[in-house]
Amino acid sequence: MIHTVNKSPFERNSLDSCIRLSEKGSPILLLEDGVYAATSGTNVSDKVSDAAKDHPMYVMGPDLEARGIASDKIMDGITVVDYGGFVDLVVEHGAVNSWL
Amino acid sequence: MSEVEFDTAGVVKNFMYVNRKAPYGTIYALEVLEAVLISAAFEQNAAIVFVDDGVYQIKKDQDTTAINMKNFSPTYGIIEMEKEDAEEDEDMDMVWRIIVEKESMEARGLTPDDFKVEVEVLSSDELAKVMAEQEVVISG
Repeated sequence: MIHTVNKSPFERNSLDSCIRLSEKGSPILLLEDGVYAATSGTNVSDKVSDAAKDHPMYVMGPDLEARGIASDKIMDGITVVDYGGFVDLVVEHGAVNSWL
Repeated sequence: MSEVEFDTAGVVKNFMYVNRKAPYGTIYALEVLEAVLISAAFEQNAAIVFVDDGVYQIKKDQDTTAINMKNFSPTYGIIEMEKEDAEEDEDMDMVWRIIVEKESMEARGLTPDDFKVEVEVLSSDELAKVMAEQEVVISG
């Protein structure tokens, strides 16, 4: 199963619930407003880097570009993917669990 | 039908626009921006405020090509121009301010250099005071 989070971690608890309820080793993809969680130096950076120890973490490149977030602001251990990469992840990991 | 007349000529109020949402996930940011432009047309005083995820609205370097949405961030440059016009034009009483809450900015790892317009950075306490002075507050 792959988990996706599309809400800002500063506004909703979607990312918290995702981290709490996702099995170790299952990938988490941040997209839409969820991509803000992937930026370094924020109030949630520690939480996200902890999650990245237990989960392969991905972030959607087109959503980063739309929001003006440069790749050098992305935390270590998070992989940038595009829409094709999203499809590959779904093909590989099966069910999508969307934390809205 | 007779034309309705409003006795509002010369009336200037203090408007505050409180932006609290990130730009593309919801429509709030764009809707508030439209309202701000209307207050320019009517030469009203405006404090345009960015708090919480609203600070992301004025992030530099937005490029929405790959998500197929309109990049409306250049319009904040128009707001900055309006503000400068109001400051320079002696015949215009309109006062505009562009304000970012310090706490919201820092929580997101941002600095004033990350913004595409020049902003006043105010603490929560300072912003609360400015907010309390407003006659009309429009939030989104």
